[in-house]
Amino acid sequence: MPEQVVTHQDSRETLLLYAVGVLFLIVVPLLNILPTEDSWLHISDFRLNQFGKFLAFAILALGLDLIWGYCGVLSMGQGVFFGFGAYCMGMYLTLQIGKESVYGSELPDFMVWTQVKELPLFWYPFKSFVGGFLGAILVPALFATIFGFLAFRSRIKGVYFAIITQALAFAAWLVFNRNETRLGGTNGLTDFKQLLGYRLSDPSTQRGLYIITVVALIASYLVCRWIVASRAGKVLIAIRDSESRVTFSGYTPWMFKLFVFVVAAGLAGLAGMLYVPQVGIITPAQIGVLPSLEVVIWVAVGGRGTLIGAILGAVAVNYGRSVLTNYFPEAWPFILGGLFVIVVTMFPDGLLGMIRKLTDRKKTPTPLIKAEGSTAA
Amino acid sequence: MGLERASKYVLALILLAIFPIGLLSASALAADAVPSATAESVSPATSIEQALIDVKSDDVAVRDKAVALLIENGDASLIPKLDEIRAEADRVVRLAIKPVIDLLKNHANLTSEQADTRRSAAADLVGAGRPEAITWLEAAAAKEQVWWVKYTMEESAQLIQLRSEDHAVKLSAIKKLGELRSLNGLSALKELLEAGTQSGATEQQRALVDSVQASIGQIDSWSWWAGSIETLFRGISLSSILLIMSLGLAIVFGLMGVINMAHGELMMVGAYATFITQQAFVAWFSPENFDWYFPVALPVAFLSAALFGWVLEATVIRFLYGRLLETLLATWGVSLILMQAARVYFGDLTAVVAPQALRGGAQVMVGVYLPYNRIFIIILSIVCVLGIYFLLFRSNLGVRVRSVTQNRNMSACLGIPTRKVDSYTFAFASGLAGIAGWALTMVGNVDPGLGQNYIVDAFMVVVTGGVGKLAGTIWASLGIGGLNKLIEPISGAVYGKVFILVGVILFLQWRPQGLFAAKGRNADA
Repeated sequence: MPEQVVTHQDSRETLLLYAVGVLFLIVVPLLNILPTEDSWLHISDFRLNQFGKFLAFAILALGLDLIWGYCGVLSMGQGVFFGFGAYCMGMYLTLQIGKESVYGSELPDFMVWTQVKELPLFWYPFKSFVGGFLGAILVPALFATIFGFLAFRSRIKGVYFAIITQALAFAAWLVFNRNETRLGGTNGLTDFKQLLGYRLSDPSTQRGLYIITVVALIASYLVCRWIVASRAGKVLIAIRDSESRVTFSGYTPWMFKLFVFVVAAGLAGLAGMLYVPQVGIITPAQIGVLPSLEVVIWVAVGGRGTLIGAILGAVAVNYGRSVLTNYFPEAWPFILGGLFVIVVTMFPDGLLGMIRKLTDRKKTPTPLIKAEGSTAA
Repeated sequence: MGLERASKYVLALILLAIFPIGLLSASALAADAVPSATAESVSPATSIEQALIDVKSDDVAVRDKAVALLIENGDASLIPKLDEIRAEADRVVRLAIKPVIDLLKNHANLTSEQADTRRSAAADLVGAGRPEAITWLEAAAAKEQVWWVKYTMEESAQLIQLRSEDHAVKLSAIKKLGELRSLNGLSALKELLEAGTQSGATEQQRALVDSVQASIGQIDSWSWWAGSIETLFRGISLSSILLIMSLGLAIVFGLMGVINMAHGELMMVGAYATFITQQAFVAWFSPENFDWYFPVALPVAFLSAALFGWVLEATVIRFLYGRLLETLLATWGVSLILMQAARVYFGDLTAVVAPQALRGGAQVMVGVYLPYNRIFIIILSIVCVLGIYFLLFRSNLGVRVRSVTQNRNMSACLGIPTRKVDSYTFAFASGLAGIAGWALTMVGNVDPGLGQNYIVDAFMVVVTGGVGKLAGTIWASLGIGGLNKLIEPISGAVYGKVFILVGVILFLQWRPQGLFAAKGRNADA
C-alpha cells in the first residue's frame, strides 16, 4: 500500500532516487579511493568530508520537512534538537580523548580551565558509546515530547508556535553559552581524537563516517516516506490544509502533531550525532536562532512537502554557501536573505517544484502547497 | 549582552557628565583665588606664611602643627603655593601636604556653584576624617538648598563624628546615621558592632552595641525598600522599551496578520538615522547647537523607518497576504539583508552622544538614583501609547484600521480602501519602530545587532498579549519586562530569559490566545 502512493506520484522519480542513492553510497567513496590524486574523477578527502556534513544536514532538513512541509507546523527551533544530539555525541567523544588532552587529565580540557574538579554527574552516561548514541536521539526526542506536549495540547499554532520555538532556540543558545552548564561554554566541545578506537584524523575513518551518514540518510528517508504514505501521514496533510475540519472529523490533531514533532526532533538529533565526528567541533553557534532558521530555508529552497526536496535543498544551499563564502565572504547574509525573500514570494514550491514544472509540461501542474490561510490562525 | 553594554554606556555617560563639572569647578577655584588672596594678605597672613615654611620642616611636630594651622585657617588661595612646595619637596613632605590640599579644595568646593561639586566635596571630606571638617559641613548644610547635597553634608559630618573618641558624640552619631538611613555608614557601623560583640571588647564598646544594632536595622530595611524601588524602576524602564517595540508589531499583526521579523531592523534604521543626524550636526552646525540634533532626529528616524516599511510592504509583503508563515520567513530574510548592509556600511560600533538634558540622573531619595535617559524612555512610551490610542480610537484613519482588522471583506464592501489602509498602517508601525530606535540610542550603542537584542522579548510580548490588542500589549510588556528585572538579580540574566520562556509557555496553557483574546466570531479568523 504505502509503496503505491509514492510510485503513483512519479515512478521515474523513485528510480532516479535509487540511482542517486547508489551514486552517493558506492560511487562517491570509490571515486575517493580509486583514481589517483590528479585525476579529474578524484574526490578529495576534504570534499568527501564536506559531502558527509551536507548529508547530515539533509537528515535535519528531512525532519523539518516532515513537520513543516507535511503538517504545516513551522518549527524555528530545530537547531536546538540538532544541538542536543551533537552535544550528546560530543560528550562521548570528549571523554574518549582521555589522557591525550592538553593537560593530560582525565577531565576535558575546559573543565580544567574552569576549575571543575570532578566529572559532573550528567556526563557519566556518555562514557560509553551506547550512552552517547542513545542520548543523541532520546534526549532531543524526550525534550520535544515535553515541549510539544505543552505547546500543542494548548493549541499553540502557526505563528505563535513559530515564535515560541524561536524563543526556545534563543534561550538554548544563551544557556549553552554559559560555563556553568559544564558543556564548554562558547568554545563548545572540540579536539576529538577517536571514535570506538578509530582515529578521527584518519581518512578511512572519515570515509566510514561518510558511508554511515549516507546509510542513515537513506534509512531516515525511508522512515519518513513510510510515515507520509501511511494513514497517519494523510491526517498530517489534512491538518496542514484544514485543522478544524480534522478536529470535527473526530481526530485529535495535537497528538499527530506531537508525534511528528518528536520524530523530527529525533532526526535532528541523529543529524547532530553524525555531524560532530565529521566536523570535529560543536559550539553553541550551531544552536541559535539563525542556524535553526537556515534549516527552514534549505527546505523552502528544495521544495517543502516533498521529502526529496528537503534533501536536495539542504545539499544545494550548503554547497552554494561553501562555494560563495570562499569568493565573497561578506555577501553570504545578503544571498541568504535574498533566498528567503525570493523563494517565499516567487517559488513557494522550491527547486523541486521548478524541476517538476519543467519536466511535466503536459500534466497540469498541481501545487504542492496550498495557500496556508487555514494553518495560520 | 545588551545590559552589559548599556551599563558601559551609562558609565561613559557619567564620565561625560563629570567632565564639564570638573572644568567648571576648576574655573570656579581660579575665580575664588583672586579676591580672597588680596583680603587675606592684609591681616593674619604672617602666621600662614610661617606655616607654609614650617610645613617643609623635617621635624614632625613642627610640620604637624603647621598642617593643622593651614587646615584651620587656610583657604583655596593657598593651593597654588602648596602645589609649588609639593612639586619641590621630598616624599615625606609631599605626603604631609597632600591631605592639606585636598581638604582645602573640598572646603572651597562646599560653596561651589554646582550642586554636584558641593556634594562630592562633602562626600570626600569623610576620607580625611579631620574634626575641623565637621564645622565646615555643618555650616554648609545650614545654608544648603538642595536636599540631596544637604543630606550628604549631614551624613558626612556624622560619619566623621563617628570616629570621635568621645562616647556621647559617638552615640549621637550612631543614632543620627540610623535616622539618616545612611548607606555609606553601614560598613563603619558593622565594624563597631563587630568590635562590640567580640570577647575582648571594652565596656565602652559594648555600650554602643544596642544603638548600633538599631541603626543597622533601620538602614537595612530602608535599603531593602530602596532596592525594590530601583528594581521596579528598571523593570518599568525595560517594559517601556519593549512596549514601544511591540506596539508596532502588535498593530501590524492585528491588522494584517503579518509577523514582521524585520521590525528590529526597522528600529535599527531609526537608530542609524539618529546617528546620521548627529553626524550632520557635527559637520554643519556650531557646537552650541549640537544638542538640537536629538529633537531633529525624531522626525528623521520616524520618516526613514516609515519609508523603509512602506517599501517593504509594497515589494514583499503585499504578495503574501493570508500566508502568515511565509511573511515571517520573507521578513526574516529582509532583516538579514538590512543587518548585513548596516554592518558593511557603518561597521560594527557607533554611538550617539546624549544631549545635555538626558545625561546624569535624579536622586529621588536616599539610595534611589534614576537616570534621566531611562525616565525619558518611560515618558516616551506613555506618549506613544496615548498617541496610538488617539489615532486608533479617535480619528478617521483609526476607524478604518479597526474596521479592516475586524472584517476585511466587509470593510472593502463598504468602500474602505483596504490596501491603502494596510500600506499606511504598515508604514506607521514601521515609523514607530524608528522612534523606538531613536530612543534606544540613549541607552545603548548603535550597532547592527540592535534590533536582535530585544526582538525575541518583543515577540513574547505580542504572543502573550494576544492579537492586536493595545491593552494586552501594555500589560504583557509590563509583565515580561518586570519579571525579567525581578528574576535577574536572583538567577542572572540568562536564566531569567529561560524562566520567562517557560513562564510564557505555561501561561499559554492557561490562555492559549493570550491575555486579551478575540472573542466570538472573530476568535478563529
